[in-house]
Amino acid sequence: MSRALGIEARDRRRAMLLTAPALVWTLVFFVLPFALMAAISLWQATATGMIRTWSLDNYTAFFTRPAYLGAALNSIEITVTVTVLSVLLAYPMAWIIAEEVPRRYQRLALTLAVIPFWTSYIVRSYAWSLVLSRKGVVNDWLAGWGLPLLDLANSRAAVVIGFTHFFTMLLVLTIYASLVQLPPNLRRAAADLGAGPVAIFRHVVLPLTLPGVMVGAFLTFALCIGDYVTPQILGGGKDLALPQLVMLQVGRRADLPMASALSIVLMALVTLAYLAMARWMKEPGK
Amino acid sequence: MIRFAVSATYMALIYAFIFLPVYVLVLFSFQDGRFPIPPFKGFSLRWHQAVLSDGHLMAALGHSFVVAVLSSAVSLLLGFLAARGLAHARLRGAGVARGLITAPLSVSYLVIGLGLLASFNLANVPLSLMTVTLGHVVINAPLCFAICASAMGAPQLAAERAARDLGAGEIRVMALVTAPMILPALVAAFLLSMTFSWDEFIIAFLLSRFDVTLPVELWSLLRSGLNPKTNAIGSLVFLVSAFAVLAAELALRRRA
Repeated sequence: MSRALGIEARDRRRAMLLTAPALVWTLVFFVLPFALMAAISLWQATATGMIRTWSLDNYTAFFTRPAYLGAALNSIEITVTVTVLSVLLAYPMAWIIAEEVPRRYQRLALTLAVIPFWTSYIVRSYAWSLVLSRKGVVNDWLAGWGLPLLDLANSRAAVVIGFTHFFTMLLVLTIYASLVQLPPNLRRAAADLGAGPVAIFRHVVLPLTLPGVMVGAFLTFALCIGDYVTPQILGGGKDLALPQLVMLQVGRRADLPMASALSIVLMALVTLAYLAMARWMKEPGK
Repeated sequence: MIRFAVSATYMALIYAFIFLPVYVLVLFSFQDGRFPIPPFKGFSLRWHQAVLSDGHLMAALGHSFVVAVLSSAVSLLLGFLAARGLAHARLRGAGVARGLITAPLSVSYLVIGLGLLASFNLANVPLSLMTVTLGHVVINAPLCFAICASAMGAPQLAAERAARDLGAGEIRVMALVTAPMILPALVAAFLLSMTFSWDEFIIAFLLSRFDVTLPVELWSLLRSGLNPKTNAIGSLVFLVSAFAVLAAELALRRRA
């Protein structure tokens, strides 16, 4: 008995010892910097650095300066548009791969659909700026067919296209995963009870895959709203997004307190989206 | 029949959308002219040559490689040890530890980078490739932990206990029993970490000063506008990432 206890205590000590490095690393290089950033967001920037007077001035500035609040609204608008568009494009694609493509080619079809996912994201945005530029490929085709040219580069549309491209790939993966998990019996049962294909989709398949879609949509929201590169390369410097505003504070204005406050706002937005999703998932009947 | 036609058309359109930028990127990296826009004037390797003879780019490529290997090795070590520690003992607070270790996965890289930048500033730590590596460990250790943890299970536990009963020390158990048993997961975790580090921009941008990684160098290259040389380096970077991901996928599939 005492020997067994001794082994268990030793097991536990060993487990703690093994976990300690990762825990300490996380505390020192993740939790601590984050706490520090939260503190700095309450300080003020001066010409030479920061003064440690505690106030909510940076947050007040966020809510009162139109440029700051506007950037947050831009980010939310872009992110919501991208999330909705990506889900709408990805769902049918995932459906076709899961239902229409023969089983042994499904993996290939999926892999193909996500290969460009692995291009460097800077390169991917640059590639879209090539495609959409005034003399780019899209306008070249349009001209070839005698259609009017589009002025897409350096605009919100370009940002939305660039993002939608990336997140469509991500969502095809996640939605496919929730589609193949559906037991086929459920659909057969619905069909036996007289439901047509549309009714089966509406009342069986869609409700059962919606949680997976929501998780993917949340992931899209969180990654999209925090990205600096895509709006910076494709947006043309108009209607800044929140991360661009953060980087502007870090760079040109050397205002670390304001950059920290804006980052906290960014995190708050992601947290709100998360809570909304969690609450939706808990609702009865879902 | 109509249903098949609609499905096939939709698939083709989505594939076209997904591959359009990659196609344009790679095609115009071979452009025989000064601009990576239509018309395609013919096949030339001069931009690829320009990339290979560009000292800055090649130095950045080397830096990226070193940062990726170093940060992935440290991440894998931290993640593997923690996954093993938490897999095999009923610790009080194991859930909290798990949550804490994986927490960085849910925070935007911009916020992680900014927090580290502020900390290094206050602690007077000079920015270098070391600080970039450190930042990449913060984002990759949780990933390695998650992959390792999901690969560990009852078979390892039993084999480890047997090895211990036969007198093997802790380090030998880990090196000779646990690690070989979950080798595919270790390889996949390492390769995925490599690709994430290799591609990562914002943390590397915030935490580097004189020596920069490839994405940061690419970023400054973009300021010169549309240029087939950027296409060439972009195509090469894509090739490396795609290769690493394919290798990771193969490593994981062999387990299945």
